[in-house]
Amino acid sequence: MLGLIFDIRSFSVHDGPGIRQTVFLKGCPLRCAWCHNPESQKNETETIRKNKKIGNKVFSSVEKVGKWMGVDEVMKIVKKDIPFYEESGGGVTLSGGEPMMQGEFAGSLLNACKNENIHTTIDTCGYAEPQVLESILPFTDLFLYDLKIADEQKHTQYTGVGNQLILSNLKIISKNNKPIIIRIPLIPDITDNIANLEALRNIIESTPGIIRIDLLPYHSSAYNKYERMGRIPVYSVSENYDSQKAAEIKDFFNNSAPFISIGG
Amino acid sequence: MNHRIQKLRNNSINAINTLSAERALLVTEFYKFAEIQETPVPVLRAKCFRHIMRHKKICILPDELIVGERGNMPKAASTYPEICLHSLEDLEIIHKRPKVSFKVDDNTRKAYQDEIIPFWKGKTQRDKVFENMTEEWKNAYQAGVFTEFQEQRAPGHTVAGKSLFQKGMADLKNEIGSALKKLDFSNDPKAKDKKHELEAMEIVADAIVEFANRHADELEKILLAEKSEARQNELLEMIRICRRVPLNAPQTFHEALQHYWFIHLGVITELNPWDSFNPGRLDQHLLPFYRRELQGGSLTTEKAKELLMAFWVKFNNHPSPPKMGVTALESNTYTDFSLINLGGVKEDGSDAVNELSYLILDVIEEMRILQPSSMVQISKKSPDKFLKRAFKIIKTGFGQPSIFNTDAIIQQLLSQGKSLVDARNGGASGCVETGAFGTEAYTLSGYFNLNKVLEITLFNGFDPGTKKQIGIKTGEASSFQSFEEFYQAFEKQLNYFIDIKIEGNNRIEKLYADHMPAPFLSLLIDDCISNGTDYNAGGARYNTSYVQGVGLGSITDNLSVLKKWVFDNRMLSMKELTDILEANFDNFDQWRYKFVYETPKWGNNDDEADQHAARVFNSFHKAVTGRKTYRGGVFRINMLPTTSHVYFGSVIGAMPDGRLAGEPLSEGISPVQGADHNGPVAVLQSAAKIDHIKTGGTLLNQKFSPSFFNSEEAITKLAALVRTYFKLDGHHIQFNVVNADTLRDAQKHPEKYRDLIVRVAGYSDYFNDLSETLQNEIIERTEHEGI
Repeated sequence: MLGLIFDIRSFSVHDGPGIRQTVFLKGCPLRCAWCHNPESQKNETETIRKNKKIGNKVFSSVEKVGKWMGVDEVMKIVKKDIPFYEESGGGVTLSGGEPMMQGEFAGSLLNACKNENIHTTIDTCGYAEPQVLESILPFTDLFLYDLKIADEQKHTQYTGVGNQLILSNLKIISKNNKPIIIRIPLIPDITDNIANLEALRNIIESTPGIIRIDLLPYHSSAYNKYERMGRIPVYSVSENYDSQKAAEIKDFFNNSAPFISIGG
Repeated sequence: MNHRIQKLRNNSINAINTLSAERALLVTEFYKFAEIQETPVPVLRAKCFRHIMRHKKICILPDELIVGERGNMPKAASTYPEICLHSLEDLEIIHKRPKVSFKVDDNTRKAYQDEIIPFWKGKTQRDKVFENMTEEWKNAYQAGVFTEFQEQRAPGHTVAGKSLFQKGMADLKNEIGSALKKLDFSNDPKAKDKKHELEAMEIVADAIVEFANRHADELEKILLAEKSEARQNELLEMIRICRRVPLNAPQTFHEALQHYWFIHLGVITELNPWDSFNPGRLDQHLLPFYRRELQGGSLTTEKAKELLMAFWVKFNNHPSPPKMGVTALESNTYTDFSLINLGGVKEDGSDAVNELSYLILDVIEEMRILQPSSMVQISKKSPDKFLKRAFKIIKTGFGQPSIFNTDAIIQQLLSQGKSLVDARNGGASGCVETGAFGTEAYTLSGYFNLNKVLEITLFNGFDPGTKKQIGIKTGEASSFQSFEEFYQAFEKQLNYFIDIKIEGNNRIEKLYADHMPAPFLSLLIDDCISNGTDYNAGGARYNTSYVQGVGLGSITDNLSVLKKWVFDNRMLSMKELTDILEANFDNFDQWRYKFVYETPKWGNNDDEADQHAARVFNSFHKAVTGRKTYRGGVFRINMLPTTSHVYFGSVIGAMPDGRLAGEPLSEGISPVQGADHNGPVAVLQSAAKIDHIKTGGTLLNQKFSPSFFNSEEAITKLAALVRTYFKLDGHHIQFNVVNADTLRDAQKHPEKYRDLIVRVAGYSDYFNDLSETLQNEIIERTEHEGI
């Protein structure tokens, strides 16, 4: 069985506890207007333009994004850093895209990690068939779970899908007593309005097992990536998120989880 | 820091570096009237030392607590004409050069012209060194295959052990007395030489006490004119101390610091040994004094801190002596490499971190000065609290303290045959050099340019730089049918040049043993007294001479390119490759692109590249390690560059890794600047593929942007990163925390960044004092952004 992977990064310090490698699976059922990983969306290989400099001369090349890899091939790479995981309490994180979109591959990979005693984390938008979620649950130690918009209609407007499945899957994870870190992207006017934040807070406070909330302020750096893929972002503002506002939102969630962080 | 320390610190920072002829004049005066022929060499050197200590001007600054300067004012650097004589032209260069200059006044010029140059011309140790070298050695030296540490400075590189803080000169003289009594003139053919050496040691022991007493005398004069009662009391205490130490073993914290400082001045005045001198495991040595006095109520934490800060200023007042030529290029800095060790383990193997370790870290953080350098020794037993405290200073971005692996250091020392106790009492000095403190003479002999050897191999023994056939003929590049054949040719050239270097080293060691003994330094390192033998002649318990390999990252990438493009996929013939290199990639940008971006490189945890690093390392290790030195020790390797990677790069043409002619090489065991793109874990994994335990130190530099240190969680992850590297036997890691934009701005507006200190390679330096090439190189080193 092969999985479509678009990157594997070591020393990713924002994707779970300790020192980790993050395996990025390509393909996502959502089309978030602000997506900062446009190359992660399609479940097929694509191309991206890369510019590299030699002296003052720029070499432009078109590179393939996405590689079909077997579980063994990925394991060979992630196993390299085991001493670092063990010392730091780290491990492997599956991210994307949406890892559960390649549910069977993700499950096998997580299972293989557990066989090596590697801590596993999945970074998910939560949009998957419940059976897929249940099949990976036994091999997943921690969930990084995105909550974006509470209102179903607006969720559809900005991400392309409704949020029913996402909210019901969250309950399944919670019932299975798996620790959850909620991640909320702070997108000006879309997710950071008070009505939405209050609704998200209600969901969080009524879900047992949430150990932390990461607030992820919008970053303008993705624009260049869209360009190089020959695409235009749906949502783009040139300024980075106001840090004062992020701090206020952090205060707003103060009693909703044991830890709140900005930037993950 | 209090007002006094602020004042002393500012004075030190603002003092201009000057060249002082005082020592040179005293030495010249002494030699003019000495009975050179009739006096045994060690005794002659001892009397010369006494002459300096007896007649040099005593310098005591207002409000000082620790006294003593090598020169006649802060940052007045002495010269050592018996080792290396500066010509008038040299003085002009030293005076005028834009970086690391020392101001030379007219009196100094005149003293050189009238007294110093006429007497020493043609008679220096440096003259002897070059006279004794073979043609082959000179060719290789001129081509930049290696440097020679002892051509302008004396051997040294050693560190005080704990007994230095437990004994006074009176105790040492008793030991000398018993050693003299034990001499067996009928059975030991060297008994007479030993007698001379021991007599010399007696003379220098008395001389340093006399020097301390001269400070007491001067302090008494100052006391008579002093109006403030508080200062009067301080002066009385300082007078008492200068009369007590270093004659007797110190009893108080203040005495211990002053005791060490007089001895430090003795070592750096006797000769100009590399890496000045170094109190080593300071938190261990001072702990008994600190605890006893704190308990007894005669010392407070605040007072201890003030004394330590005053002690720190003394180091900063003492730049490295002025260097010239290749020596200036390989070590282009004012820093004189005194490296304070904190933490580690005790003699019984238990964790050595104590309250003083933390107090000294506070001092380092507040003082924020160039000298002394500092490091923390982290063993598997060291508490995380200690490592994280160090990180909080590192993140402020002045390159201190660096982090060392105690467990690796102990393994290295044990594998070299040191006793367990001597190994546990060891540490690292200079940049990263492993040593058994107080018991080992370990000297660095010179940097070795691995990539130059590769270039010479590519041109069949011919050096394109000096346009001379300096190597052996190992075959035209185009004749190699396989990578193996090529590598074997490289290994032959490597062994050839190592043989030349080692033969030269042994001749130079003999020159120092015969002509330039160091009886004062010999007092301080076990077992020079009981052996009746000088430090420079093999008197220490352990003797090691190092050859320092430079450019591991570059040579790895060079071999990786050769293997991939010439031998594996055969897209390029060897002839085409050498043509490209000779053209300095002019009109070959496409190839340069492939070499830079489409070839496996060191620092990415990619075995395709890393195998070459391990192989070159092993070839280098095999060529050097275990060979006998003149002093009765063995040669070993370590991997550090100071600033020689810039010099070595300047003598090499374009190389296969895409590096253009003249550009710097990689430093230490770090990846080529910009070649690592898989993050710090991959760098550490690559670095761990060479066997650090076989070395006497490796240097790994990692540049991080400040954002990496912005939370407790991030620091915890960095601590784990270091711990894992150390679990893999990594020797040392240092962090340069400053972003590239700041550095670029500092290049444009140096005036705004006068206090900007950055990590160079095993030491920190003022950014403004670095050459532009080195500044650029530091900016280019990978800046790991948070992923």
